[in-house]
Amino acid sequence: MSQVMEVKDLKVYFDIKRGFIDDMLSKEKLQVKAVDGIDLTIGKGEIFSLVGESGSGKTTIGKTILDLIPATQGDIVFLGDSLKHKSKAEKKKFRQKAQMIFQDPYQSLNPKDIILDIVAEPLQVNGLIKNEKEKMQKVVNALEMAGLTPAEDFLYRYPHELSGGQRQRVAIAGAIVLDPEFIVADEPVSMLDVSIRIGILNLMMALRDRKGISYLFITHDLSLAWVISDRIAILYLGKIMEMGRADTIIHECLHPYSQSLISVMPVPAVNKEKERIILHGETPDPIHLPEGCRFHPRCPKVFEKCCREEPELTEVAPGHFAACHRIGERGRSLDEQERYKDNK
Amino acid sequence: MELLEVRNLKTYFKTQKGMVKAVDDVSCSLSYGKVLGLVGESGCGKTTTALSIANLLPPEGRIVGGEVLLEGEDLMGLSAGKLRKKRWKEVSIVFQGAMNALNPVMKVGLQIAEVLMLHDKLTYEQAMIRTKELFKLVEIDEERVNQYPHEFSGGMKQRAMIAMALACNPKIIIGDEPTTALDVMVQAQILNLLEKLKNEINMGLILITHDLSVLGEICDDVAVMYAGKIVEKGKVEDIFENHQHPYTYKLMNAFPNIYGERKLSDSIPGNPPNLLEPPSGCRFHPRCEFADERCKTKEPMLAEVGHRHFAACHYGGVFK
Repeated sequence: MSQVMEVKDLKVYFDIKRGFIDDMLSKEKLQVKAVDGIDLTIGKGEIFSLVGESGSGKTTIGKTILDLIPATQGDIVFLGDSLKHKSKAEKKKFRQKAQMIFQDPYQSLNPKDIILDIVAEPLQVNGLIKNEKEKMQKVVNALEMAGLTPAEDFLYRYPHELSGGQRQRVAIAGAIVLDPEFIVADEPVSMLDVSIRIGILNLMMALRDRKGISYLFITHDLSLAWVISDRIAILYLGKIMEMGRADTIIHECLHPYSQSLISVMPVPAVNKEKERIILHGETPDPIHLPEGCRFHPRCPKVFEKCCREEPELTEVAPGHFAACHRIGERGRSLDEQERYKDNK
Repeated sequence: MELLEVRNLKTYFKTQKGMVKAVDDVSCSLSYGKVLGLVGESGCGKTTTALSIANLLPPEGRIVGGEVLLEGEDLMGLSAGKLRKKRWKEVSIVFQGAMNALNPVMKVGLQIAEVLMLHDKLTYEQAMIRTKELFKLVEIDEERVNQYPHEFSGGMKQRAMIAMALACNPKIIIGDEPTTALDVMVQAQILNLLEKLKNEINMGLILITHDLSVLGEICDDVAVMYAGKIVEKGKVEDIFENHQHPYTYKLMNAFPNIYGERKLSDSIPGNPPNLLEPPSGCRFHPRCEFADERCKTKEPMLAEVGHRHFAACHYGGVFK
């Protein structure tokens, strides 16, 4: 699989704005480390999910990849071409090929525009249409591909006349009208009703199959990520804790954070007896990150090394990465290794 | 005697375009120490049912028929003043979006103490002592009574809302999407807390949600609503493992189960109906792949299909 998107050691820090006097008096500059060293690659036609709680930096990563937020450090390579030091015109070219779908279709569409203009806007901005006929044809194509058929019925309507699911389809039509190679979908279904959700996800997958579009799918819902994606990365406070194939993450995860997330994930079945690993407290403040492993204050398997050293994301099995001191060579947990030694 | 019994409740909203039958002939019941889950998509009438029980409907909404019996006493027959006394002491609500339900310019502790001063006629000092106890019960640091809502995280605000609902030892708590805007881990914490409280205080809990998968975690009984009606109700095991209505079946399939097969099911075609002009016959028939002539013309009644298990479908169970 050729790589469409490569992210290398990405860091995004936000400065905290304080009052003038506070700034004068204290030397230390406070920063929120929203994204703190992320490496990932997305192949052609791959759906890659970023899963994490709110504040884990998943949306920041999505926006930084599309150059909507400047990166503090690191490199973004799109189709073998680094985005660093690109001119404005070159970045505009890049944005034609990389699009975004936002979470809330009630806010992402201009309420005063008709659907035709909303979907045609990216074409106009990029000067890709010569005449009205061509514009109409491209918009109709995009709408039909997004499942709004017959497209003629929708062209002259306003967003408020459409249901949530239809609006999200318009947003998708606006994203695919430029024939992108890569789409960042930021919680595209979390505002929609359950019965509508599946339709949107099926549409995204159909577009992948038909046009080979790659996706970065950002979600807080691990079960949705599992169903639609090829690979999943689990984020905690701006770092990847575990990354691997969707089935591996759900059924064979090794990191204590992923394990507890999966244990509390509600499933549509009677499961009162299920053993839940509930983490107490809240995600720590991203300004003052804990030393060592950033998960250690809440980790049920913490030991003294975790408070000192930050674990690296290491390959524990082919294609399966985890960042935890408890996970030793070949994916064995430390307890298992000790038992193994004793037996010997 | 049941703790709460809702019989043939009908709540209509008067709008410029006509009468919206938001809740149309809904019956359900709740016993002490049990959890009833009301589940359905947006606009199916689940919140309206809850608001009708607590008599907190907006002015356009009116209860046009039915009874709500709290320990045998009909709440509908009471005067507004008497109802206000019952509310919060006997039935309290945890609202959707706790983030916005608290007053941002008032200390959280005082907002809870206010309820106690008003309903239990406590003095300020007594109320604050009780508020601290409540904070402990919902696992918030009691030092925080003097903080403002913006100093709380989302999960903590939701806990504070639960503390407020518990203030006067109600017999019933209605949770209207109490965990919807929260992270999975915080959701698990809140559900755990609700379950613990239910067992300790022996109160009834009505859990309203669109997320069917949450029900399996704590509910005893479940009622599935569609377009203002209950289409299926029964014990949680029956609903999950032996559902008899095509809508329940479809809704269930819309949630991926990590212990099952990894696939996306077919979506439910179309949109939920407009309640100004609900479809004739079975309200689900335009979206039901098993529907035939009979479903278009004749409305199915809620019929018993098993022990304490009811479904409103002409072809209950046969569709599978």
